[in-house]
Amino acid sequence: MAKTYQAGVKEYRETYWMPEYTPKDTDILACFKITPQPGVPREEAAAAVAAESSTGTWTTVWTDLLTDLDYYKGRAYAIEDVPGDDECFYAFVAYPIDLFEEGSVVNVFTSLVGNVFGFKALRALRLEDVRFPIAYVMTCNGPPHGIQVERDKFNKYGRALLGCTIKPKLGLSAKNYGRAVYECLRGGLDLTKDDENINSQPFMRWRNRFEFVMDAIHKAERETGERKGHYLNVTAPTPEEMYKRAEFAKELGAPIIMHDYLTGGFCANTGLAQWCRDNGILLHIHRAMHAVLDRHPRHGIHFRVLAKALRLSGGDHLHSGTVVGKLEGDREATLGWIDIMRDSFIKEDRTRGIFFDQDWGSMPGIFPVASGGIHVWHMPALVTIFGDDACLQFGGGTLGHPWGNAAGAAANRVALEACVEDRNKNGAEGLEKRGGDVLRAAAKNSPELAAAMETWKEIKFEFDTVDKLDVAHK
Amino acid sequence: MSEMQDYASRLSDPASRKFETFSYLPELSPEAVRAQVQYICDKGWNPAIEHVEPENAFDHYWYMWKLPMFGETDVDSILGEAEACHKANPKHHVRLIGYDNYAQSQGTAMVIFRGPIKV
Repeated sequence: MAKTYQAGVKEYRETYWMPEYTPKDTDILACFKITPQPGVPREEAAAAVAAESSTGTWTTVWTDLLTDLDYYKGRAYAIEDVPGDDECFYAFVAYPIDLFEEGSVVNVFTSLVGNVFGFKALRALRLEDVRFPIAYVMTCNGPPHGIQVERDKFNKYGRALLGCTIKPKLGLSAKNYGRAVYECLRGGLDLTKDDENINSQPFMRWRNRFEFVMDAIHKAERETGERKGHYLNVTAPTPEEMYKRAEFAKELGAPIIMHDYLTGGFCANTGLAQWCRDNGILLHIHRAMHAVLDRHPRHGIHFRVLAKALRLSGGDHLHSGTVVGKLEGDREATLGWIDIMRDSFIKEDRTRGIFFDQDWGSMPGIFPVASGGIHVWHMPALVTIFGDDACLQFGGGTLGHPWGNAAGAAANRVALEACVEDRNKNGAEGLEKRGGDVLRAAAKNSPELAAAMETWKEIKFEFDTVDKLDVAHK
Repeated sequence: MSEMQDYASRLSDPASRKFETFSYLPELSPEAVRAQVQYICDKGWNPAIEHVEPENAFDHYWYMWKLPMFGETDVDSILGEAEACHKANPKHHVRLIGYDNYAQSQGTAMVIFRGPIKV
């Protein structure tokens, strides 16, 4: 029956609250944590979020009747309590796939985290998780190469990759910077990294940096007989400039370049990832600005969603956090988004904050990058938590070695290989407890490791005080 | 704190050449190699043996020793093939590989006999 036009404001829940709706396999599903203004009923707030992130506006308009809004609208289909926080609740919204341009992370996020986040009826809003249907995943380019291809290109098997961010992050000349890279690589690291702040400042223009760094890589490869790389940061003020730098990196034979996907933006990142696929160059992704979006428990976008966005947009590495030294709750949640980066199918698991099954089909996986505040004593825990498919980056833990970068790199490499050898022999379980002895034994043949162990403090792993995150998400 | 030491790595020094996983550790003992073979079997990977002249170790492709031992789970047979490869090519690096056919990649790879390196 044809509908008639009635001007005015309708309650959102009349149209957008559909508890009887069964989501389709092709729907994009979202879980929001909603903190409504006092007095706003849950169903109305959930429906408002569904409306404002899809077809709705604050009043009815006659042009609504020129289309089939019942087909295109987002549907709030479920509400759940948030454990431990009575002021907010989870709302689940299903969006028909036709609402989004194929292969456009930009378009999906413009809808899902657009105007709705400033909506007055809400005090705060957080996007907790998104289920991308395989039908949508297949329209995205994804990681340029993925974990297996990177292993094959670099010839690194059976262990994590080892990296280091070059410091100080600002102020070095290009030639001195290349020296720091060379020392790390000759000592046994696989990869070094431009700091995210390094783009093309007056003290070190990008072109000079690229040339000296490539010289460092080539010499370290001849000296060690192993394949090496350095993430040349091509993040730039404009896409044209970004591609110019990427082209020069390719001309020099660089195996891997780097981009900051949040400050650079999804449009630039998706384009660069496609370029990397076309040109056979690996892409390391940094996440500056993520904490602005993902840190507040009631507002913003959870990092697991940002990780999914990057896997769709494209990147071969993504910073994931290190887990060690933080709260145990972080450990479970981090394990969740590490799986989201690497695995082809991830099951719903509320104990790790995962609200939906996620099927990536044949889309390649991303290396999680653990970086920040880690040193040799963390190695047993890092090998246990991350396994082999990760890039462990020791910045201060390499450059801060009392004998310099090369010795620091060797210490990390020996520690990693000793832990992997022990894990393969005695199992991953218990490696964190055995770790101190494994490292002490390895240090007998490596004065570099012995000096590193003297410099930094042993981590005492309290196995019995494992925190329970279950409570927070039940 | 120990006294500062030089990091003695040189283009001119053969001992500076490395060959990926476990090459920063002392050469694995026979017992340690056995444990790694067992690990490959326990993972369900397909063991394989490759070898190369040490001066050509940077190449992606080394010489295959026969074919990968698909489905082989007997540690002694695998060690026997590695030993036979080493006897036939005493001056070569001999590499043990575990092919992971699900990941379509090598699950692990390590040199278990080290050839004398020339510069």
